[in-house]
This record gives sequence, C-alpha cells and structure tokens, in this order.
Amino acid sequence: MSRLAIELPGLSLKNPIMPASGCFGFGKEYSQFYDLSELGAIMIKATTRETRFGNATPRVAETASGMLNAIGLQNPGLSHVMEHELKWLEQYDVPIIANVAGSTVEDYVEVAERISGAPNVHALELNISCPNVKDGGIAFGTDPAVAKELTERVKSVSKVPVYVKLSPNVSDISKMALAVEDGGADGLTMINTLVGMRLDSRTGKPVIANKTGGLSGPAIKPVALRMVFEVSQKTSLPIIAMGGVQNEYDVIDFISAGASAVAVGTANFVDPLVCPTIIQNLQALLKEWQIDHIHELKGRSWMSVGETANYRT
Amino acid sequence: MIKQQNMMIVSHQSIAEDVYELTLQGSLVRHMSSPGQFVHVKVTAGSDPLLRRPISICSIDPLLEQFTMLYRVSGGGTKVLSNLVKGSEINVMGPLGSGFPVDELREGEKALLIGGGIGVPPLFELSKRLKTKGVKVTHVLGFQQQSAVFYKHEFEQLGETYIATADGSEGTKGFVTDVIKDHSFEPDAYFTCGPTPMLKAVENMLDHTPGFISMEQRMGCGIGACLACVCHVQGDDTGLLYKKVCSDGPVFRSGEVVL
Repeated sequence: MSRLAIELPGLSLKNPIMPASGCFGFGKEYSQFYDLSELGAIMIKATTRETRFGNATPRVAETASGMLNAIGLQNPGLSHVMEHELKWLEQYDVPIIANVAGSTVEDYVEVAERISGAPNVHALELNISCPNVKDGGIAFGTDPAVAKELTERVKSVSKVPVYVKLSPNVSDISKMALAVEDGGADGLTMINTLVGMRLDSRTGKPVIANKTGGLSGPAIKPVALRMVFEVSQKTSLPIIAMGGVQNEYDVIDFISAGASAVAVGTANFVDPLVCPTIIQNLQALLKEWQIDHIHELKGRSWMSVGETANYRT
Repeated sequence: MIKQQNMMIVSHQSIAEDVYELTLQGSLVRHMSSPGQFVHVKVTAGSDPLLRRPISICSIDPLLEQFTMLYRVSGGGTKVLSNLVKGSEINVMGPLGSGFPVDELREGEKALLIGGGIGVPPLFELSKRLKTKGVKVTHVLGFQQQSAVFYKHEFEQLGETYIATADGSEGTKGFVTDVIKDHSFEPDAYFTCGPTPMLKAVENMLDHTPGFISMEQRMGCGIGACLACVCHVQGDDTGLLYKKVCSDGPVFRSGEVVL
C-alpha cells in the first residue's frame, strides 16, 4: 500500500504533492525536467475569461527568504487554455486543478462552468485572493458574505468539486473559511501570498512597478502554518496547504497542522526538480519513521495543547 | 536541454570596480552552444538569498569544460557570490534562453558589437565566434568611468575597439551612440547588450541595419513559467502579445519587442 496516496473530493492523488498555481505555468517548462505524471496533481496558472497581459515590469523582487511578485494574472484566456494548455496536459496521467479568476461574478461563473467540463480538470481552485489586480479577486476574498455568494454561484455551475483559495490578508481567516463552507465549497486551499513591499533604500522608490506585491517563499511558512492549524480545527473541509514549502519536513509540518495535501510554489523557481525530490524524500522519511500512511500524521499538532517540543534545527 | 549542476570555481577575481570574473568547470559546459545565452546561479544552498541570479555567459572553453561569466556586485546575492573562493561549488542551471545568431553574417561581412556596462560580457564569446567565421568585428563599449572599464585588451585582440565613458575619463566622453555618430562603421549587422535606454538609442540610430538586441529584465524562474520578465511586442495594438525575456530572448531581432 502506498504511504502517500490520498483521496480528496474529486481527486485521487498518487501523492499529496502538487505545484501551486502561478509558479508552474501550465506545466510545459517543467516537463523539460521530469515526467509530470509523477506529481499528485497540478494547479495550473489562474485563468480568466479574456486574455490578460498583467502588470508592468519589474514584476518581482527578492526579500529576506522570500520574494514579492505582482504578475497581475497574466494568462492567455479561457478558450486558449482549454484548447491548447489543457489539451497538451492530457498526455500526462495527472489530475488538474484549474485556478479560476475574474473581475465580476459573471466572469468566475463562465470560466468555472466551461473549464470544469475539460476531461482532465478534476477540481477547481476559486481564486478569490489575488492581491495584485485592482478590479476584483481580492475583493471577493475579504468579505465573507461576498465570498459565500460567489462560492454558491460557482458551485451551481461547476461539474467538479470546488476548492476556495483563501487570502491571508484578512483579520479573521476562519470566518472566511466558514463562509465559503457555508456556500458549498468542497475544500480549501491556503494561503495565497501576503501583501508586501520593498523599497530602494537610496531613492525610497518601490522596486516593483505595481508598488506592492504578494510575498511568498519560506518567509511566510510560519504564518501559513498557523492559519492551517487554526482553520483546520474550525471547518470540516479538507485543506490543500501552501506557503514556503521547500522540503519533506515542511510537508510533514503542514499535514501535522491539519492539511490533507500540500502545494509547492516559489521553491520551483529555485529548483525545478523540487516536487519530485520532495515526493521521493517524503516516501523515504515515512518509511524511516515507520509511518504506514501520511495521514496518520494529519492534525497531530491539535493534540499538543499545553505541550511544546524541543526546537528542531 | 536545460541542466543543473554543482560547478567548481576554478578562478575568481576582481577585474574592475565591483566587477568580477568567475570561471566554472563542469560537464554542463558541453550544452553551451550559442553566445548570448545565460545561466541561472544559486549563490548559496540556503534560503537567503532565495532566488537564482541570471548571469550572461562571457566565454566558453569546451575543451576544458569551463565557462567564464562576469558580474557586477549590485546587491546581497552578488555580494555573497563575490566572496566565494576557488575550489568551492555553486549550483548552475542552464544554458538558458536564445543567443545571438552567428550565422546571420558571412565571411568578409562587418559586425558592430555595442555593449554598455555589465551588458558587455556576452559580446565577448560572440565576437570570438564571428571572428572565427571571418567576419570583421568592431566593438563600441560604454562604461561609467575608467575604473569600471574591463576586457578592453581582450576585445582589442579580436578587432577594433572603441571605449566611451560617461565622464570622459577614458576614450570618448559620452555614450556609445556618440562614438557611432562620429564614425561611419556601415556594418552589415549590429549586436548589442546593455541598459534599456542605451538599447533604445542604438536601435533608433541604426534603424536601417539588421540588429540583434539582448534585453535585461528581473527574473523569477528563468525558464518561462512565472511570467515575471515579459515585454510587449512592437506593432501590437491589442497590448496583449508578449515575449518572455528568459526563454523567448534574451536576444531579440531589432524592432521585435518594445524596449
């Protein structure tokens, strides 16, 4: 029996590891490095109804153990994604989670309805948390009532389960989780990036054209971990967690915090082979620890109220 | 085929103010074929600095399986890199992007190579290849001031070389375009790399000559997935067409992309 195979709404995963949306394009570039069928799933780049160019450059900047990005949802549009990118991905034995974005409810509904009909799309990731576009996205991700309504509307047209991607840029993320659960969401993905900034010290000017950007990378892992720990105990929805995952220990931490699966984002830029490496190392680590299935570790941090561990270096 | 490999530092030295010459050895060099391509370098194994640094390939020695890159210390990452000593290893991914088309010119034709600052290095391997083909190469290289000038002698070995400095401390006072204006080079093609305002000025000045322009842009993944380094396409009224500097470029035909 596989230690890593897991079942989630709409998704039968060989393993709980998948590249996070926006960090993997539509897979082509990474297929030069390994067989994409090794992955648990692929979360493809956010898709909108129309083609989008995105923001002005520079779009990225490095920060301490992290990076800021403000790409601005650049993508070739729904029709192109369905006819070319998803078609191309059909050659791989890997379920696709389609990230759906938009500026209006109607945008989301149309993209969700059509893209959920693609044969290899097994779930949707409703992107209500992109911090880098002015018109929409984040607005849906910060108001619980609006998020709930959007979830309902998308659920009513989607042919596959809907996971809602939560933003950390709110005062109470559990409230958002409960609202979308109420709206009929099948799962959660969390967290999107934290809004941040970097200035050029000499001139005082922002170093990315959008001025602010989304912070990702190992710098945000503690925040993501805390939010997964909190939300997983308040909802019954499965969580696909992301935020600074670089290795198998990070994966174990998110599972221990209550996640069911884990996505890898920024680390793909540092090491294109990071996902297959994590899958391999995770398998070996569980064997070494004599854990028969990764979900034996799921949520184990919840039990440790009043207890702390020695700091692991 | 893109590879990544831990490569060994065989030499590392300062060659001008804040500019270093780093030579690395490893089998990855076998895949380096086109001048103007770049590598994506991880300067430490840890997560600070997190991202790789895109650095252009300056010269390739396939026999020794070595390549040389020149870089300027301009931030925390390149500062860490500058402290690495001979014998240590760094992780290199590459070669990446499309290079300069050497086959554009035939024996006896004239090439004008125009570089600015840290945009000069990729022109060196290009110049070697063109000269080997029998193309007559002329170099116009621009720097801030005398202390920033590098590889003058190396370029002079390959062909006529003109230096411009912004403060006039070496060569012509002014920019590369001032040198070009004062001479009638009449090249069959030009090849250029440097800061974007320089590229723009060169493209405008030599608008009747076929040209190849190497762009610089801040990058994320370096392989075309993250869309950090895109640029607009000239003549596209929709504003929706784009090229990725890392994987469609960094070298573009003049008039192809918006500078």
